[in-house]
Amino acid sequence: MQNEFVPLFYGFHFYLFGLIALASAILFVTRKSPVAAALWLVQTMFALAALYIMMDAQFVGVMQILVYAGAIMVVFLFVIMLLNLGHPDEISDIRGTWGRVIAGLFGIALLAEVGAASRNALVPALQLPQAPTDGAINGTAGVIGPIAGPMFKEYLLAFELTSVLLLVAVIGAVVLGKKSSNAR
Amino acid sequence: MTHASLFALDATSQMDPTTGVFILASIVKMIAIFTLVMVGVAYTTFAERRISAWIQDRHGPNRVGPLGLFQVLADGIKNLMKEETYPSESNLALFILAPALAFIPAMLTWAVIPFASPLPTPWGRIDMVVADLPVGFLFTLAISSIGVYGLALAGWSSNNKYALLGGLRASAQMISYEIAMGMSTVCVLLLSGNVHLTEIIKQQSTMGWNVFLLSIAFFLFLIAAFAETNRVPFDLPEAESELIAGYHTEYSAMKFSLFPISEYAGMITASAMLVTLFFGGWDIPFTQWDNTGDFTVLKTLLTFASFAVKVLFWVFFYIWIRWTLPRFRYDQLMSLGWKVMLPIALAYVTIVATLVLVLDMAGLSRDWRFGGVMFAVNAVLVVLLFFVLDRGRIVSPAYSRLDKAAVDRLRAVTAARAALTTGEGA
Repeated sequence: MQNEFVPLFYGFHFYLFGLIALASAILFVTRKSPVAAALWLVQTMFALAALYIMMDAQFVGVMQILVYAGAIMVVFLFVIMLLNLGHPDEISDIRGTWGRVIAGLFGIALLAEVGAASRNALVPALQLPQAPTDGAINGTAGVIGPIAGPMFKEYLLAFELTSVLLLVAVIGAVVLGKKSSNAR
Repeated sequence: MTHASLFALDATSQMDPTTGVFILASIVKMIAIFTLVMVGVAYTTFAERRISAWIQDRHGPNRVGPLGLFQVLADGIKNLMKEETYPSESNLALFILAPALAFIPAMLTWAVIPFASPLPTPWGRIDMVVADLPVGFLFTLAISSIGVYGLALAGWSSNNKYALLGGLRASAQMISYEIAMGMSTVCVLLLSGNVHLTEIIKQQSTMGWNVFLLSIAFFLFLIAAFAETNRVPFDLPEAESELIAGYHTEYSAMKFSLFPISEYAGMITASAMLVTLFFGGWDIPFTQWDNTGDFTVLKTLLTFASFAVKVLFWVFFYIWIRWTLPRFRYDQLMSLGWKVMLPIALAYVTIVATLVLVLDMAGLSRDWRFGGVMFAVNAVLVVLLFFVLDRGRIVSPAYSRLDKAAVDRLRAVTAARAALTTGEGA
């Protein structure tokens, strides 16, 4: 399905989703209502998922929606609703003029750093043993084969250690939860 | 196009179509599927009313048109003409957005479900699926996981305590059962070795339907699908006896109507997923005629009929259950999801993974022999789960049996309270 419209089609959608992601990210930071902020973050994640899929990283794109939009943000929203935070004006954490000035300076410094770093550094190509080709995608293992293979063979130790780290976090949460209920 | 050109097809009809044909065919398929599912939704509401009447020995709606078939139309017009009300202290933007957020995910899953064998046309082979995504199965999981936003936001934005409780229940319930659902389908992926729905159907046509090879995964998926679509016995988010109407208490007219529509669309979608993952999708049982050789128009029509019959059976099953079983209590729902279904799913994944590994190492090719061994092991596991572990021992804590001492103590408390009340009254 190659013809002359494909680059135009691709470019249009790349900038469209990029713009949506940026705009929603800015709205996410600036909204005062926690529910609105959470929803703009969900919007950002959907736009990012679209960008991943355009880069042929379908697995990453779908996982972005499944894990972030579908699980983590739902829990966020659940907690925000459960706590039923007061009026947005009462819970704002922007503290006076000086706070804004210092935060602004930090923001500019961060942008400058990103700019300086990207000028004289190239992003190294992903060091996968084999870049997934169309052949691998259409092969027996499908589109997740090229991801699952390295993860469960070459990088098995790192993968297992990460899961142990997550397990520690889960156990920590349970322990903290138990403690507070005993104190009461 | 003459009549002959449709049936006298040359080699082009078996090949990939060109970009233009592909885009045009995709648009036609989108419109066709949307129309079909929407009509299906309308008549499922009607079927629900007629079947509930049949189960309860009543007549049901039978006045508008022959057999009451135009009742759906009358209801639709009524809902469109009704006055809309907005709660005064609501978050209006989210209040309007929420019904759409509930409706869209329920329809979106249909984009990746293959509903018939590919159709040969003079312009190339047209796959009978709107978007043949290589990550199709994960896509369906992702879409079903975002369905909760509509319900949670409807509850929150209404600024009504019953609606909020309904929304909270919906999000807690859907997160819980999503995990059991995902875990139960891992077994399906272990057998097919792919997340492409077309490949999953192909695997079932060679090895046998997954419902026989992975029965326990099927039961877990069935239960989780009921919970994900908020149907009885898991309709806690809209339990009338506790929460008035739950998350859609404040909605009226067509905005209210969108919630039932998305519930029924979700029901049809869940049935289609059930059929795709466990009942061979469009596969016609007892024959290989539909899976081998060139694609023909007749094959497409018959496989579509096979798919439709299976889906309609599961839609009927949903309705049947609703008018048969009572609702769970909320703590029972949570304990069933987390303490029963998740451990069973995890144990089952381990067993199936071991079995697949052993059979692969034994050099068994993945055809009916592989399926036969899976079926035999699975039959033993089903008997073990439902006849040995069940009966209030492990599987059914929701109404687990109390020991005699506990029952006596509860009876004594009740009797003492009753005596106290009578004493006060006298």
